[in-house]
Amino acid sequence: MSRLVVSSIGPVSSVQDGGRHGAQRYGLTPSGAMDRLALATANTLVDNPPFAAAVEIGPFGAAFTARHGAVRVALSGGLRAADIAGRAVAMDTSMTIADGETLTLGFTRGGTFSYLAIEGGIPGEPMFGSLSVNARAGLGSPYPRPLQAGDEFQTSPASGAQERRIELPARAGGPIRVVLGPQDDEFGDDAKALFFESDWKISPTSDRMGYRLDGPVIKHLHGHNIVSDGTADGSIQVPGNGVPIVLMPDRGTTGGYPKIATVITVDLGRLAQTSAGTALRFKAVSMAEAQEETRKFARLLRALPDRLRAIDRIELNMEALGDANVAGSAVSAIDVGTWHAEADILTPD
Amino acid sequence: MATKLSPPRLLPSGDTAVTVEFSRNIDDAANERVLALDRALSETPIEGVTETVPTYRSLLVHYDPVRIGFDAIGGRLLALAQQPSPPREKARHWRVPVAYGGENGSDLEDVAKTLHTTPEDIVARHVAGSYRVAMIGFTPGWSYLSGLEKFLHMPRRQDPRLLTPAGTISIGGVQTGIQCLAGPSGWHLLGRTAVRTFQLHRDPIFLLEPGDRVTFFAVDAKTFAEQDRAAEAGEIVAELMAA
Repeated sequence: MSRLVVSSIGPVSSVQDGGRHGAQRYGLTPSGAMDRLALATANTLVDNPPFAAAVEIGPFGAAFTARHGAVRVALSGGLRAADIAGRAVAMDTSMTIADGETLTLGFTRGGTFSYLAIEGGIPGEPMFGSLSVNARAGLGSPYPRPLQAGDEFQTSPASGAQERRIELPARAGGPIRVVLGPQDDEFGDDAKALFFESDWKISPTSDRMGYRLDGPVIKHLHGHNIVSDGTADGSIQVPGNGVPIVLMPDRGTTGGYPKIATVITVDLGRLAQTSAGTALRFKAVSMAEAQEETRKFARLLRALPDRLRAIDRIELNMEALGDANVAGSAVSAIDVGTWHAEADILTPD
Repeated sequence: MATKLSPPRLLPSGDTAVTVEFSRNIDDAANERVLALDRALSETPIEGVTETVPTYRSLLVHYDPVRIGFDAIGGRLLALAQQPSPPREKARHWRVPVAYGGENGSDLEDVAKTLHTTPEDIVARHVAGSYRVAMIGFTPGWSYLSGLEKFLHMPRRQDPRLLTPAGTISIGGVQTGIQCLAGPSGWHLLGRTAVRTFQLHRDPIFLLEPGDRVTFFAVDAKTFAEQDRAAEAGEIVAELMAA
């Protein structure tokens, strides 16, 4: 067996897959990757199922070393400079780390989370069908916590298959699309207009539970306490201070603040990858449009293997150099110092 | 339940979930209907439904829009909600031991003062109640119980605590609850139980189901400590009463 050893890693990095479903009725949050398309892309590049577990890497640098044999991996999601033993490698490609060599990743330079998929998958014991880390509940495998230097993954030796890149369609730009509800009637027309006509910035106090939105204060019609009801990924709840929070995969399963709208599935990953300080807007779309987009997204995910292309090393280096010089130095959406500031996301009822 | 059933409201929760709302308030009759619809859905599954989350007043239905669209699922849910609810199995009844007051229930004295009575009276009233698991949510195993006697209804704390102990038994508003994991809470802490409503590597991982009946009985701090060790080793500790 080969091993992929975590030689160094920043906070907010953990094993995540498609999420843990079926136990929200017991208060167990689904967790799972913040950017599902990036997870599926990385997995597809090494022939894993699209929502297999991979390493979700937060905005800081990281390094992984192959031991006892070569390890084949693929990298997707938040853009960052990457090299294996000094040779630049590109995002959205597969790559083989020879025994003893190290894959070194820089800070993200666009986006927040990158995904490192390991050929053959991450070995672990699923709970409720998932290896995703939920540190609060002590869930996640092989480590029920964020990753630390020294952690390692047992893996099959690299297959030696030809390396590949993947041609992805450009991600939609423009406003983040939402469907109104479930409690849009708790807000007046003024508040709704303010929500849709303002520029918002992701607060540095955001985390995997929720993204806080810096901008104008959104006022409720009848106060901010409602009787708790269920939440979904992308629910935009507005607590008493009027600062909206988009609920992300580590959200509480229920919440007692009115939810003005819900981000559509297709735009959740794009929102998750938006860096703090970048202005964004929201746009309401119809349910029909949102669900048609989700069906298109499902077709895109199914057809990812058709987008794989063989690469040679020259092409790879050109791409890597291009990537490494893109996008300047965006600020990450996540400020580690405030990682556990969660009082207004996990609303004490 | 003899009165004519009004149709619930269907509230979109994004493109993969719909909230079926029976009431805006905490309402036992609404909660009955939530749990009835949840049972109906488990007995007559709708293709594409991935999971359901019952709460006091609504049922959140998560679904896959690739398999069923909003209009179709909405119609099916409304039809199910209007049907007579399937006969309910006899609710399970759990007796849950609680060490009230002292370091295990740091708000008991204050609650008694606020309600102009003694801590003993608060405990006597709390153990006299018969409660129903109205919903489980917020964090794993956090069980919200309805049926708290009116005398014990109290506004939540002005300053929610950021950390309250695992196993806390508390009251807040018109509810009482069993909190499994340590975490934030704005409720008033009456005591602690050794019962783990959520415990990994135990069968079952989650002890309580929405709809279960719960009563409490008082134990002393020493018994709590013993039960806590047993529970840590995987014992259920709560007593399941014969139906």
